Amino acid sequence: MARTFGVIRFPGSNCDEDALHVVQNVLAEQQSQGRLLWHKDSKLGDVDALIVPGGFSYGDYLRAGAMAAHAPIMQAVKEFASAGGPVLGICNGFQILCEAGLLEGSLARNVGLRFVCKDVYCRVEGKPTPFTRDIPAGRHIKMSIAHAEGRYVHPDIERLEGEAQVVFRYCDADGGVSEASNPNGSVNNIAGVCNAMGNVVGLMPHPERACESILGGGGDEGLSLFVSALNTLGVAQ
Amino acid sequence: MKAKIYVTLKSGVLDPQGQAVGRTLAKLGFDGVGEVRIGKYVEIDMHGQDAGKARTEVAKMCEELIANTVIENYRIEIDEAK
Repeated sequence: MARTFGVIRFPGSNCDEDALHVVQNVLAEQQSQGRLLWHKDSKLGDVDALIVPGGFSYGDYLRAGAMAAHAPIMQAVKEFASAGGPVLGICNGFQILCEAGLLEGSLARNVGLRFVCKDVYCRVEGKPTPFTRDIPAGRHIKMSIAHAEGRYVHPDIERLEGEAQVVFRYCDADGGVSEASNPNGSVNNIAGVCNAMGNVVGLMPHPERACESILGGGGDEGLSLFVSALNTLGVAQ
Repeated sequence: MKAKIYVTLKSGVLDPQGQAVGRTLAKLGFDGVGEVRIGKYVEIDMHGQDAGKARTEVAKMCEELIANTVIENYRIEIDEAK
């Protein structure tokens, strides 16, 4: 049976079609399908997992993700998440999930003040989540980032680390974590985190842009997040 | 009446924008410039309420939307003359 990813579109989303393309076309042979959900909807319908995509929802007014966090559909997203449904927030989607209180911490202005757009490596670690369960712990994958507000901040970082809620950490091509491999000044090189239950994941890098090796030099390692979710949902490969 | 809201980054949260402005001020020759912190200022016209009630309402607005209390503080002034 096919599994359906709901991709939420807000005014200003611009990675929604990319995410939909991955779950609908790139992974079609893995019994995956996708459906766009409109921010004004109050029901999610029959979806197995949710993707909150990147972009500039509501023009990033006030703060990135601040308005989208209060969009009508977010109540349904909260109910889906608290029932254990897998939710992946990418870039602006990560900011939205933090603003909505579904993930801890916040994304502040990059240390260098610049919009940073480049390929990075991220080490996968932390507790198992639907999107990282199939990726061997300690492995690092290549994805691109494109953001101005990606500096992860958390008021009690020791607790977050202690609970193994850090799932992606910026590293270099050899997997080494250093200040040089930190593109935006995030505390402890954090690129992505999960909630206490592990079913809600947010990250600044764009896995959906690293799913087909034919595109640029990014490779297709981002695909592993979506394949992992499909395997978690129980689709025969 | 008018509610005036000042949203500022919590102390300890790095403010690269403030740092950049501070460096530029120093380049312009302003001596004795210490740390510079940049925040936001929001004005809200409030209708038909007394000042106390307005303050309570605006504090709720700050908690729910106007400030991100993970990284920001807010301060409210109620101007009854406006």
